[in-house]
Amino acid sequence: MAYERKFKIGKPILEVNNISLAFGGVKAITDTSFNVLEHEVRAIIGPNGAGKSSMLNCINGIYKPQQGTVSFRGQVVPNITPNIMAQMGLSRTFQNLALFKRMSVLDNILVGRKLHTKTNFLEVALQLPKVKKEEKLNRERSEEIISFLEIEDIKDTPVGKLPYGLQKKVELGRALATDSSIILLDEPMAGMNVEEKRDMCRFILKVNDELGTTMVLIEHDMGVVMDISDRVVVLDYGKVIGDGTPDEIMANQKVIDAYLGVEH
Amino acid sequence: MKPIFMTYTKKDLINLAVCMVLSVLIIPTFIKTEYWYTSILIPWLCLALATIGQQIVMGYTGQLALGAAGFMAAGAFAMFNLILRVPDLGFVGSLIVSGLIAAAFGILFGLPSLKVRGIYLMVATLASQFFIIWMIDKFGWFKNYDSSGIITAQDIVILGKPFTTPLAMYFVCLAVTTILTLLAMNMARGSTGRNWMAVRDMDIAAESMGVSLLRTKVQAFAISAFYCGVAGALFAFCYLKSLEPVAFDIKLSFKILFMCILGGLGTINGAFIGAAFILLFPVLLNAIGNNVFHGAIDATIISSIEQVIFGLLMIIFMIYEPLGMAKLWENLKQSMRSKLSSSGIKGVKSPVLKK
Repeated sequence: MAYERKFKIGKPILEVNNISLAFGGVKAITDTSFNVLEHEVRAIIGPNGAGKSSMLNCINGIYKPQQGTVSFRGQVVPNITPNIMAQMGLSRTFQNLALFKRMSVLDNILVGRKLHTKTNFLEVALQLPKVKKEEKLNRERSEEIISFLEIEDIKDTPVGKLPYGLQKKVELGRALATDSSIILLDEPMAGMNVEEKRDMCRFILKVNDELGTTMVLIEHDMGVVMDISDRVVVLDYGKVIGDGTPDEIMANQKVIDAYLGVEH
Repeated sequence: MKPIFMTYTKKDLINLAVCMVLSVLIIPTFIKTEYWYTSILIPWLCLALATIGQQIVMGYTGQLALGAAGFMAAGAFAMFNLILRVPDLGFVGSLIVSGLIAAAFGILFGLPSLKVRGIYLMVATLASQFFIIWMIDKFGWFKNYDSSGIITAQDIVILGKPFTTPLAMYFVCLAVTTILTLLAMNMARGSTGRNWMAVRDMDIAAESMGVSLLRTKVQAFAISAFYCGVAGALFAFCYLKSLEPVAFDIKLSFKILFMCILGGLGTINGAFIGAAFILLFPVLLNAIGNNVFHGAIDATIISSIEQVIFGLLMIIFMIYEPLGMAKLWENLKQSMRSKLSSSGIKGVKSPVLKK
């Protein structure tokens, strides 16, 4: 990229080492390794069923891979669970939207503040002064995110009633509210029109640029991927077939074959 | 709307003031018949409290639990034994400790929720219902080796003053219910309630945001059982005035479940509406039977009709208004407001006219 970045791309923040995952006899991921550098935008691409979402689920601890490890800031994380990863500073969105449907947009984003909420239920029941203080701070931060994502007018609407594109935005907002150092985005632009996609790209780049948040995203729109990502890893049949800058990936014969098909 | 005191908005405070004036001033001045206190208002408050407990675990946290009456029995018998064996604790102290004992059972029987969900969890929580009743029946110590099977509850004495008249007992129930309702509202609207609802709506996402499923579910079960335990103690001491395990059978659990669903899942005021409906509906049916049909319909038929109508209502609500009567009430208010404002009555603010 031409302009000077505020947060220079640094050391690896997340490393995936030799991960293999199988569901019964079906191998979803085979011996896959790649890394994510701090402050970069990293894309994971690949044809349908390549194991991209499974990969994110392994990183996040929803799936337990049969082999391999995930390292965070140079340290192998033992017994990964979604909760532990959240505490270490990794947040995510989901492919098929996993919002709290009956709660309002603001409440959804406030749940993202969970790890910044230290008061227990008794203190909340009695509404002690420190609860009010904490709640005020969390609300302010959430409102900030809401105005950043330009969704002020829907903040009190139950999320279940919103159109798909807006729900995707709310999910990004919820991930942002955690103030995580790395965010995994599982198809953040699926089902969006061109304008919505452009908006979403703008938000992703702005977050990366202003907060230095490392972004890992799965995306199908090649134009978008090549535009916004620093480095791309390509999966096919659960294996890495390419890893490098967008230009390198576009010149990679294996990748071209995987996408266009090749006669055997 | 912005909260102006604790988590309460101006509207809440007005509602609270209206309820308080109604329950503390108007009801005691105008209702003199004991029947209303002993048979309607006191059980209503107790069961509404138990329904709030059920709401917390089922309406807010989304864990299908069936066994509220078991926790009520635990609370009631804990209360009896505490007053009998630890008289120094006093009534209020005993009430809190019996709630805590019920909460301990809640934690124990809430643990299956980590592994099973939905209808299977419901079956698993039934264990609490049967285990607690069995335990009280099996070990004579809980009943102080009383052979008759029915023990008379001790008189309520708070700070040396006896509370034995129906009106005094009504005030005891009212005070406890009011305090616990306000605390429940604080939790439901604060970060605690958000965690519960996050687990209810999408547990994997909640976990990915750092909400611990173990802690949240067990916490909800414990708080729910605390509410049920306190409600059970009040139910035994103010309403039944006796203690017998049979009073806390599975039918009562179902009743509380119905109150919860008809009132509206995930609402606190729904607990009161649902409890009032389920308690008053049979009274209404009986009145119709006696006054319209002059006793021509047998009482057993009336109680069967009652069951049929409850069943039908459950199905209708599940299909058309899963948020129950609380939501209907909300809709009614909304449509009244818009009607008033469109007919241009003075003093009613209209969002349309403001423009």
